[in-house]
Amino acid sequence: MVSHHDLSRTFEIKGRDFSKAGSISINIKEILRELGIDPVIVRRVAIASYEAEMNVVMYANKGEMVLRLNPKVIQITLEDEGPGIENIEMAMQEGYTTATDEIREMGFGAGMGLPNIKKNADMFELKSTIGKGTSYNIVFYLNSKGDV
Amino acid sequence: MTLTEVVERLGLHVLTSRGGGDVKVTGGYAGDLLSDVIANSKTGNLWITMQTHQNVLAVVKLKDLAGIVFVNGRQPDEEVIQKANEEHIAVLSTDESAFIISGQLYQLLK
Ligand SMILES: Nc1ncnc2c1ncn2[C@@H]1O[C@H](COP(=O)(O)OP(=O)(O)OP(=O)(O)O)[C@@H](O)[C@H]1O
Ligand SMILES: [Mg+2]
Repeated sequence: MVSHHDLSRTFEIKGRDFSKAGSISINIKEILRELGIDPVIVRRVAIASYEAEMNVVMYANKGEMVLRLNPKVIQITLEDEGPGIENIEMAMQEGYTTATDEIREMGFGAGMGLPNIKKNADMFELKSTIGKGTSYNIVFYLNSKGDV
Repeated sequence: MTLTEVVERLGLHVLTSRGGGDVKVTGGYAGDLLSDVIANSKTGNLWITMQTHQNVLAVVKLKDLAGIVFVNGRQPDEEVIQKANEEHIAVLSTDESAFIISGQLYQLLK
């Protein structure tokens, strides 16, 4: 049984800044590990937050990621200011990407990020407004059904 | 098998101050797509790749990989090595291809 207080932490992500990309997800992973969260869940959260963080770096101007934790769930929310996603259904498909050649040469842009988030989360909601931005809501249950 | 032993047996070049140590190598994962490595590599894997830019380091940390091997004699920028040293990440290289080094690592660990 995990015992810890409710927690909420906010992180700012800079768009197009690859120099610090990934550091927020590493930070989140360390926080959860120190709280003694099940390592399997920590890994799933780390994968999902990394993919969300990288999408802000690759596509948006800036974003705010919030980690929330209570005895039942871990929640990662992300709001960004950016171009938005035209067709969410298409974006969710494996292999779909709008990444530039330059980004793809770095090994990003496989079109696997959003499917990775979906696979690892217990719940994943993606909303977007063209020309404004995109929001992610990613939830992980700390036990099988999310009840105490 | 420890990373130090793997480095010796495969004749890998050590680019960072941390050459290996007794971290256990649980297997290998070869790939150049970061989302693929994030999704499919396992804790303690040695990552074999062509990608040498600094963003690979976050993947090593996030997935608790044993280290990273740059293939085909590829050399990273000095700042990548510097950052890896700060983060205590083992960065290695080989003149061999990903195919050869993966095969050798597989033989070694099987
Ligand atoms: N925050 C965002 N803002 C704008 N577009 C986005 C955002 N997140 C995702 N997208 C769009 O959805 C597509 C698919 O995203 P996904 O993360 O699955 O793949 P990718 O980022 O292209 O490649 P990978 O994640 O494998 O490196 C992106 O190419 C982009 O067009
Ligand atoms: Mg992505």
